[in-house]
Amino acid sequence: MKLTLKIWRQKNAQDKGHFETYEVDAHEDMSFLEMLDVLNERLIRQKKDPIAFDYDCREGICGACSMVINGKPHGPLPGTTTCQLHMRHFKDGDTIWVEPFRAAAFPVIKDLMVDRSAFERIMQAGGYISVNTGSAPEANSIPVPKPIADKAFDAAACIGCGACVAACPNGAAMLFVAAKISHLGLLPHGQPERYIRARKMVERMYLEGFGNCTNIGACEAECPKEISLEHIARMNRWFAKASLIETEEA
Amino acid sequence: MNAIAKFLRSPIGQKWVMALTGLFLVSFLIVHLSGNILLLLPDNGRTFSAFVDWMESRWIIRILSILLFLGFAIHIVQGILLYRYNRKAKGARYAVTATDNSSWSARHMALLGIGILLFLILHLWDFFFPMKVRKTFHHHQLYDEVVQTFQNPLWVLAYVLGMIILGLHLSHGFQSAFQTLGIRHPKYTPFIVAFGKWFSILVPLLFAIIPIALYFKFS
Repeated sequence: MKLTLKIWRQKNAQDKGHFETYEVDAHEDMSFLEMLDVLNERLIRQKKDPIAFDYDCREGICGACSMVINGKPHGPLPGTTTCQLHMRHFKDGDTIWVEPFRAAAFPVIKDLMVDRSAFERIMQAGGYISVNTGSAPEANSIPVPKPIADKAFDAAACIGCGACVAACPNGAAMLFVAAKISHLGLLPHGQPERYIRARKMVERMYLEGFGNCTNIGACEAECPKEISLEHIARMNRWFAKASLIETEEA
Repeated sequence: MNAIAKFLRSPIGQKWVMALTGLFLVSFLIVHLSGNILLLLPDNGRTFSAFVDWMESRWIIRILSILLFLGFAIHIVQGILLYRYNRKAKGARYAVTATDNSSWSARHMALLGIGILLFLILHLWDFFFPMKVRKTFHHHQLYDEVVQTFQNPLWVLAYVLGMIILGLHLSHGFQSAFQTLGIRHPKYTPFIVAFGKWFSILVPLLFAIIPIALYFKFS
C-alpha cells in the first residue's frame, strides 16, 4: 500500500519544527512503528537524519511509544498503542499526519519524541506506599471486595504513556494521576496514605505545568488502556478531602 | 479557614468554584423560568404582573439578586482564568485535531460562555436596566414592555439563539459539575447525566417558546 506521510521534524527543543512529506510503500501486516523503521532505513541509506520516535516493548504494555496520528494519540484504533496499530487499518493512498504529543509539560526533544519525565516526578511525589509491604500475602488473609479489586485493577492498567495529556485540549494529566491515585489508594496497603498521596501528586501535577480538567472526556476515549473518568471524580473527591479535612502529615 | 482558601486557589478548587456557581446559576434558571411561564397564560399578563409585584416587594429577592450577580461574576472571572491557564498548559496546537473523541459543546464551553454573556448583556439591556436603573418604565408595565419587545422578529431570533447556546452550555456543564465535585457513582451517575440532558433541552426550549408565542399572539 502506498502512503503519504506528513511527519513533524524538529532538530531539538529550540528548533521551531516543520512538517516534512514522505512517500512510503508499506505492507498491511506492518505495525505503524515497523512502517517508520522501513522509512528510517531508507533515510539512513540516503545519509539523511532518521525520524526520532520512542518505543520499547512493542507489545503494547510499556507505554514508551507515543506520537499523534491523524489527530489521535496512538492513532485511530481504540484501546491500542502505536506499536500495536497495524497498517491494515489504513487505506492505500491515505495521507497520514504524524505529530508529537502536544502539551507544555511535554516539551519536544526531537521529532516525535517528547520529554515525559514530568510523570516520573509526579510518581516520586506520592505514587508509592511508604513502607515495605513484603512479598505477596496469602490470598485470603486480607479480604478485598471484588468490585474494589476490579476498580483498582482497571486503574493499574495505566501504562503511563501520556496519551491522556496529548488528547486533552487543556494539556491536563488528570487521567494519569487519577489512575495512580485510585490504583494505590483503593487497595488495603495503600489506603492509609490515600488522601495525602492525592494531595502530593496533584500538587506536583500542577507544578509540572499540566492543565486543568474540564471533563471533556477525550482522554478516556483515546486511552490505550481505556481507563475511566470515574477515577478523576475519585481524585477530585480525595484531593478535596485531603485539602479540607485531613490534617495529618505523612 | 486557611485550608478552604488554599483549596479554592488550587486548580481543582477553582473547578469546584466553577461547578458550585454553575449549579447555583442552574437553580436560578428554574426560578426565572417559573416566572416567565406565566407570560403564556391567556389573561393579558395579570398573573405575571402579580408575580412581578410580589418579587419586587420581597427583600429576600433583593438579597438573592445580589447573590445572583456575584454568582455570575465569579463564574465568568473564574472561567476566564481557567481558560487562560489551560491554553498555556496545552502550548502548541495540532495540525490535525480529532473531533470524534468528545462532544463539541464540551470542547467549546468558553466560547458558549461568551455567547451566553453576550445574550445576558442584551437581555439586561432590554428589561433590567430600563426598569431598575434608568427607570424608564415601572415594573407594572413590564408585561407590556415584554410583549412590545417581542413584536420584533429579530429580537425573537436573538432570544431563541441565546437559548440554543445556553442549552449547549448546560448539556456539558450540568453533569460536568457533578464530576468535578467528585459525585460519581454507578447507581446515580446515569440519572444525573440523563437529568442534565433533559434539563439542557427542556429549560432552554420552554424559555425560547415564550418570545415565539408572544410574537405570534400579538402580530
